[in-house]
Amino acid sequence: MIELFKQPNYNFIGRRKWAYIVSILFTLIALGSLVVRGLHYDLDFTGGTLVQVRFEKPPTVAQIRAGLSRIKLGESIIQQFGDPREYIIRMPLTSSSSEALTQQVTGALRQESELGPFEIRRIEFVGPQVGKELQWQAIQAVLYGLVGILLYIALRFDLKGGVAAVVAVFHDVLVCLGAISLTGREFSLPVLAALLTIIGFSVNDTIVAYDRLRENRSKFVPRGKSFAEQMNDAVNQTLSRTVLTSLTVFLSAAILLFFGGKTLEDFAFVLFVGVITGTYSTTYVAAALVVDWTQYVEGRLRRRKKAVAKA
Amino acid sequence: MPRHLWVRIGIVLVVVLVSIWYLFPPRKTINLGLDLQGGIHLVLGVDIDKYVEHQAERAAEDLKNGLERKGVGVKRVAREGLSGVVVELANPSTWNDALTVAAEFGTFEVTQRDDKAGRFVMTMRDRRVSELRDDAVRQGVETIRNRIDQFGVAEATITRQGGDRILIQLPGVQDPDRAKALIGRTALLEFKLLDEQTPLEQAQAGRLPETSEILYQVQVDRQTKTERKVPYVVQKRTLLTGAELTRAEVQADPNSTGNWQVAIEFTATGTRIFGEITEQNVGKRLAIILDGILKSAPRINERIPGGRAVITGQFTVDEAKDLAIVLRAGALPAPVSILEERRVGPSLGADSIRQGMIAIAASAIAVVVFMLLYYRLSGFIADVALVLNLLILLATMAALGATLTLPGIAGIALTIGMAVDTNILIFERIREELKVGKTARSAIEAGFTRALRTIIDTHLTVIVTAFILYNFGTGPVKGFAVTLLAGLTASLFTAYFFTRLLFDVIYMGRRKVATISI
Repeated sequence: MIELFKQPNYNFIGRRKWAYIVSILFTLIALGSLVVRGLHYDLDFTGGTLVQVRFEKPPTVAQIRAGLSRIKLGESIIQQFGDPREYIIRMPLTSSSSEALTQQVTGALRQESELGPFEIRRIEFVGPQVGKELQWQAIQAVLYGLVGILLYIALRFDLKGGVAAVVAVFHDVLVCLGAISLTGREFSLPVLAALLTIIGFSVNDTIVAYDRLRENRSKFVPRGKSFAEQMNDAVNQTLSRTVLTSLTVFLSAAILLFFGGKTLEDFAFVLFVGVITGTYSTTYVAAALVVDWTQYVEGRLRRRKKAVAKA
Repeated sequence: MPRHLWVRIGIVLVVVLVSIWYLFPPRKTINLGLDLQGGIHLVLGVDIDKYVEHQAERAAEDLKNGLERKGVGVKRVAREGLSGVVVELANPSTWNDALTVAAEFGTFEVTQRDDKAGRFVMTMRDRRVSELRDDAVRQGVETIRNRIDQFGVAEATITRQGGDRILIQLPGVQDPDRAKALIGRTALLEFKLLDEQTPLEQAQAGRLPETSEILYQVQVDRQTKTERKVPYVVQKRTLLTGAELTRAEVQADPNSTGNWQVAIEFTATGTRIFGEITEQNVGKRLAIILDGILKSAPRINERIPGGRAVITGQFTVDEAKDLAIVLRAGALPAPVSILEERRVGPSLGADSIRQGMIAIAASAIAVVVFMLLYYRLSGFIADVALVLNLLILLATMAALGATLTLPGIAGIALTIGMAVDTNILIFERIREELKVGKTARSAIEAGFTRALRTIIDTHLTVIVTAFILYNFGTGPVKGFAVTLLAGLTASLFTAYFFTRLLFDVIYMGRRKVATISI
């Protein structure tokens, strides 16, 4: 039988100090990028008009821009979209209706004779009001997701576990956002969906480890094993499952990223990054935090007992 | 085989058959989202306050008439703010009579009174205001549905969204611009008299009586495609509206070739009113106004008894057809504006489907092969469970009438990766139990039992987030949440119940099981 790990007994928890440094470093890089480079919000959140055009022969951005500057839209964002013949043009919110705007764009591109024939494949218009609402809804969705997880784990396990899991998930969300920002991708509605999926997925591994810890502790009172060691055992015992599951989801995400087409690319990218960081954070953020928190509480109890004994 | 096994096999068979029944034939049962089949998605905002204002104005008009009938002279009756009507009496001594008339307006209450000055304000009750707002959207949905039905779009959905929005989805529509124009116009048809007393120059200089306004006629030169706006002085009072129409048909314009006109026919009430108007105003010009634009202003030569009229105005045949549709379907109760529009061409949709299918297939092959290699026979069982999972997922979507979108396809690809998680959990557990020396049977037993709690936990957390996503998301994202929810729920059945059954059939039936292929 093929086994990824034979009797795994890695000292994950013992090396958690290093992991904290790594986690904080990644979080800082992510935050830094979010502050310095910022997030490019997609049309869904900013409002505006997007036109996706497919030309019969590959054009240059300059040709398209020349066409658009006829109608004073030379400042629009022009991006190649997947196929070299396919481009998207993003226009900021203007007073004219999306229909008038599209007609203007079509007319202007037609006048640019070097561009040749083309087909308008997609038009999206999001009004300023809707954009603002979607922004707010996105933030709400993520917050509700985190609160939902916190409540679930706090009820199922304990508050420590819940808080630690949420910190871990929050770490994953930040790293994903940082990755989007660093790679200059766009924060769109599908990306939001991917983030929420990652929230659910990342907490999954954490629950599996917690469940194992509790099961072990319920079976026998472990003597001579510190809480840190017990947690380490639980992580080791669930290690192959964690890695295998992450692997299958990772496969699915990778395939979406490479074969899913341009429209799904950003979505798949978040899943791709999220699966990795989600797996990492289970052990090195969630489990590690629970251990330190428990040790801190136990330490205080011991000191108090000592103080009581002395008196 | 023991009896309980047959019962479980029966359950699985029923589920499979029901799923196939729901899915057959797939082209008909799975709804494709607009992003996959092409079409137009619109979110309209209804100006609900306009409707309330309009109703307040009508009440003001009625109140004024009521007061005059009672012999109460008024200086001014007008709408104030959103839903108030301010009344200034010509003579404060008629105060009590005025209030008696005002009391007849049950949906209003007097909110300010100054009996010395003879001035009071009536305000619409809050309940009535919210009722009207609700009506505005509901009627808007009805009207738009009527228009779309007449225009002929199969499987259009028109639904209310929130307090003041209408969501419209028109899959596979051929001429989106035209459909959009048809939906968005208010189509308020009004008949008003021209104010022939006030010369145009005087009106344009701003000396316009309070009862008149300037409206424009748009004349298009077909050759040069230039537009010319011709001003008219029109009396503000509306004599008759399009609400009194029964028919509207397209006809060729006999007076100008190449142009089309719309012949309309009034209801019995409309016919009577139209007869009265034409009788009382012979020799004057009657303006026909559509959405604030003057279409024509023919002179009334004689009383028109039959309740028929013609709207002319340089229409092409399509314009005339669409005008007839909107007149038949009725006016929107309040103006609407486009808040969101997404339009996908059919070729893009087809590309998305192709890429999505490739992703699903690749994902499935990768996972299936991986499971086979890693867990051998058990992996094969998990793979069969995976196929069943996809079948149930699609059937659930068909049964719920849910829509498959591009992110939804991604959700399916992802479900493939996630659904095997349950089996991995169980299999790893069985392996562990085998390692501590348990027999094959008890290892299977323990593996399934011990993994169950964890499996429920992992499913619930993802279901929680998917549920949140469903509630917050719009269109495509909702589609993703739906596939994720359906896939996860199905995986509880397939990866646990169904795999367990297969294990039991394979291993439990035999007397002695030495090894498990896992």
